[in-house]
Amino acid sequence: MSQEPIYEVNCPAGGMWSKVISRGKVLRITDVEGGLNLSALFYNADDRTERYNMPDTLKGQQIFFLTHPFCLHTDMGRIIASMVTDTCGWHETVCGTTTAEMIQEKYGEKTYQDARNDFYRNGQDGFMTELSKWGLGRRDVVPNVNFFSKVVAADEGELTYMPGNSVAGDYVELRFEMNTLVVLVSTQHPLDPGESYAPKPFSLSVFVPDPADADGDACRNSKPENQWAFTNTDDYNRLRFSTA
Amino acid sequence: MSTSRIDDTVLAGDWWMKLIRKDEYLCITDLEGNQAADTLFYNARDFADRYSAADTIAAQQSLYLAEGSTLVSSGGNAMLKITGDTCGRHDTIGGACSRESNTMRYGLHTEPMHACRDIFLAGLHAWGEGLGKRDITCNINFFMNVPVTPEGELNFADGISGPGRFVELKAEMDVVCLISNCPQLNNPCNAYNPTPVRVQVGSTMNGVADV
Repeated sequence: MSQEPIYEVNCPAGGMWSKVISRGKVLRITDVEGGLNLSALFYNADDRTERYNMPDTLKGQQIFFLTHPFCLHTDMGRIIASMVTDTCGWHETVCGTTTAEMIQEKYGEKTYQDARNDFYRNGQDGFMTELSKWGLGRRDVVPNVNFFSKVVAADEGELTYMPGNSVAGDYVELRFEMNTLVVLVSTQHPLDPGESYAPKPFSLSVFVPDPADADGDACRNSKPENQWAFTNTDDYNRLRFSTA
Repeated sequence: MSTSRIDDTVLAGDWWMKLIRKDEYLCITDLEGNQAADTLFYNARDFADRYSAADTIAAQQSLYLAEGSTLVSSGGNAMLKITGDTCGRHDTIGGACSRESNTMRYGLHTEPMHACRDIFLAGLHAWGEGLGKRDITCNINFFMNVPVTPEGELNFADGISGPGRFVELKAEMDVVCLISNCPQLNNPCNAYNPTPVRVQVGSTMNGVADV
C-alpha cells in the first residue's frame, strides 16, 4: 500500500484486538520483533453466523497454509478476505490456539497479582473476551488462522513446528471482500516447543486502497474455485448493499 | 457387537443423531467401501463444548485419526478414544460438503445438490434445543483420505477404506453423535457412489463389526 493509513495501532505481546473493517479496505499486520504468532478469526460483520472456514479454505485451494495469492473462504461459498501481500510465505491453519491449561502446563503460572499486566494470557480466553463484545460465544469458535507460524506435515500426518518462519518487519495484507469482524490474539503457537512464555507484539495499519492499483485479480484468478467464490461474493454484496 | 443397544443402517444422504453414554462403544462400519461418514460430537451436558479438530490435532501433533487417537473438545475434554480401526486413517481437516461450498468447488450449477451441511442442519433441528448452523464446526470424515504433503499441498485422494472396514470409539463422557452419511457425487471421496454405513452402540468392545 502506498497510501497513508487511516488507522494505526501497536498491540503488546499477548494482546488482543477486534474491530469491524468494511469491504474493500486493507489490513496490514506486521510482526514487529520477529517470531510472532497471531491467532485470528473472521466473521461476516452483517451476519455473524457466516465465518471463516478452514476446511473450505484449504480444500477450495488444495493448500494446507496461507500465503499470497490465496484467499480466506467462509462457510457460505464466499471469500471473506484476499491475501494481497505476504512477505512471510506461510501462515498456519489447523492447530488452533493456546488454552489456559496449555499455557500453565508449558510455562507455569503468572497471575495479575504476581505481575500486573505481564500476567500469562492464552489465545482461547482472548478469543472469548473479544467475541463476547460482539455478541458471539463458544458456539462461534472454529479453527483459526495462526499468522506468521509454519507447521509442516510428514507422510503419516505428524506435524512439526518450524521456528524462524517470520522475522522482524514481515507483514501480511488482507483485503476484505465483505464487511468483516476481525478478532486477533497474540499468543505462542500451540506446537511452539520454546520453554518460556514469550508472545510477541504486533502492529496494525488499515488502508483504503486506490482502485486504480488494485491487485484484486491475482487473488481472484489464482484458482477457478476462487473465481466461483468471488462470483458468490459479488452476488451477495450486490444484493445486500446499494453499491456493489 | 452382540450386545448392541443401537444397531442402525444410515443410508447415503441421511443423518443419524443419538446419545452415547460414557464407557459405551460406538462402531461405524463402511458397509460397501469408499464411503465418507461426516461426524460431529457434542458434550451431551453442554453442547457448546464440542469436538474440536484444532484441539485434537494440536494435542496429538498429527493430522489423521487412527487407533489410539483421542478426540478432544473445544473445552479441552477427552470425548472419545479410538479403540479399533481397520481403515487406518481418518480425515480431520476436509470438513463437510455444503450446497454453498459445492458451488465454489465444482461450479455454480451444483448448488441444488444434496449436501452434508444441510443434512447436519436437519439432524440439529430435529434434536431441538435451539441447535443450528452455529453448531456445525469442522467435522471428522471417517474413512476419508485427505493427504497433505510436506510442501503444504492438500488433495482429496481415492479412499483407503473398503467394504466392511470399521472404526470403533469408546466414549470418555456422555456425548451426542451427529453423522451425515455423505451424498457427494462430485469427487472421489466416496467413489462417486454414496453407500450406507452401519452404526452400532453397545457396552462391550468386540473389535469386529459383524457385517
